[in-house]
Amino acid sequence: MTVRRSGIRVAAGAYMALIFLFLYLPIGVLVAYSFNASRLQAVWTGFTLDWYRELFDDFAIWAATSNSLVVGVVSAVVSTVIGTMAAFALHRYSFRGKGAFEAFLQLPIVIPEIVMGVALLAFYVLIEMPLGLHTVTIAHIAFNISFVTVVVRARLYSFDFTLEEAAMDLGANRWQTFFRITLPLIAPGVAAGFLIALTLSLDDFIIAFFTAGAGSTTLPMQVYSMMRFGVTPKVNALSTLILLVVVTIAAVAQFIVQGRNGKQVPEEE
Amino acid sequence: MATLHELTRQGALHVSDVKRHKGLRAHVLLLPAYLWLGLFFLFPLLIVVYYSFTERTPLGDSIPVFTLEHYARLWDPLYARILWRSLWLAVATTLITILLAYPFAYALARTPKRWKNLLLLLSVIPFWTNFLIRTYAWMVILRSNGLLNTALMSLGVIEYPLSLLYTPGAVLLGLVYGFLPFMILPIYVAIERLEPSLLEASADLGAKPWQTFLRVTLPLTAPGIAAGVLLVFVPALGMFVIPDLMGGAKVSLIGNLIQNQFLGARNWQFGSAASVVLMALVIVGLRLYKRFFKMEGVF
Repeated sequence: MTVRRSGIRVAAGAYMALIFLFLYLPIGVLVAYSFNASRLQAVWTGFTLDWYRELFDDFAIWAATSNSLVVGVVSAVVSTVIGTMAAFALHRYSFRGKGAFEAFLQLPIVIPEIVMGVALLAFYVLIEMPLGLHTVTIAHIAFNISFVTVVVRARLYSFDFTLEEAAMDLGANRWQTFFRITLPLIAPGVAAGFLIALTLSLDDFIIAFFTAGAGSTTLPMQVYSMMRFGVTPKVNALSTLILLVVVTIAAVAQFIVQGRNGKQVPEEE
Repeated sequence: MATLHELTRQGALHVSDVKRHKGLRAHVLLLPAYLWLGLFFLFPLLIVVYYSFTERTPLGDSIPVFTLEHYARLWDPLYARILWRSLWLAVATTLITILLAYPFAYALARTPKRWKNLLLLLSVIPFWTNFLIRTYAWMVILRSNGLLNTALMSLGVIEYPLSLLYTPGAVLLGLVYGFLPFMILPIYVAIERLEPSLLEASADLGAKPWQTFLRVTLPLTAPGIAAGVLLVFVPALGMFVIPDLMGGAKVSLIGNLIQNQFLGARNWQFGSAASVVLMALVIVGLRLYKRFFKMEGVF
């Protein structure tokens, strides 16, 4: 029995290792080649940082990065405000047509991105709005509202609304109650909504592809046009840097979540 | 935990009962969302639906004359093949990712605690990594003078580079690679929630391990698979980046057809018809799916 158990454990471990290899080997190759001296060949010819140097001298990449950050922050702020308001309304009140609105709110999540992209392009052309960073921002707010509402609403389930009533019984007015009781308590949920919105915006390629003007390339669009041109060590270097940022953020987020859980466990017991 | 949750919900219910006449306040809070989504989401979609049913002038404008010709054109063998290919690639991707992800998620959920967080983090990172980069990584390996061909040639297995990229197989590989993390996570969550005592009970009552798996584990973790299918099938159907980068012009899917009609051929009416069909496939699929799995709240 124990022999069989350990056999299963070894098999499970080997299988997990295989899947991790499948997930990470291509990324590892990509990162390794960003340091390869040869521009064209897959043969390793020596270590270099030339491609990173070339990257830092590329004005287009800096411009695209700053465009992405502007669109990301603006769309995340606006969609967090609108989405939080909607989440509040849906959590707190029952009203006619609520079910229909909730179903409608889920549409931007399930509609294929490419359809949303071409629809917005058709809309901007119809109303003769020239494409630019503002058109991408408007589009990103539109799909982010749904995600923020879902995330914030999930966190509102653990919010105790009797605290608001208590504050008002003790003489606080509606605004004081909101800013001094409600907002601090729901802040983690709102922050989570903001981060999701920011991430989705920075990550989006397809909708930006259809709604950005000629001079308003975002970072994923820049990456895409470089990739279409072909495999170059410079794209490898850019991809490596983006990966590094993502891994750092994921690790920090995981650390925060774990830290918080660690604190909560003794409280509950 | 559960009782606190229940109490809060009851509290919320109580508050909303008292303030039912304040439905107006709800609509005021929802107004910005209504306006934004109405103007920048619903209205644009209606424009696409409108274009798909109107006649096209030689210059590409729509004239308000009803026609079904753009939909009829999708049945042309050239385009029907693209629709069919999109559908089977999405189905194949979904099935392969389930087969790969389930045992992996199971093993991950049963990993000793000190390793689990690290392995979980390693499974989550690809989930957050940009699709473009993950697709490009395979281009580096599969291109004609890429890693795989170079290795095979230096080993003397092949004399000339194989054309691995720009084939349906490459697109399927790209799709499976891209979507595997989206299948792993929901299945992992479902297995993690599974009560071990149920499995012990099943074994105590005389079930063999495979019987326990088929009759206890699988049905109880089905919601995880169902959620994974949603996260994989729907976006795979409308996928545009992977076939574009790994399939080239040879393996185009509905997404590429739509993109080409809007930006290349500039036949917006036909592109709109393809968009409506894609949307309809997704929405009808989701409805059937929800009914079948009796799922609520997942999208």
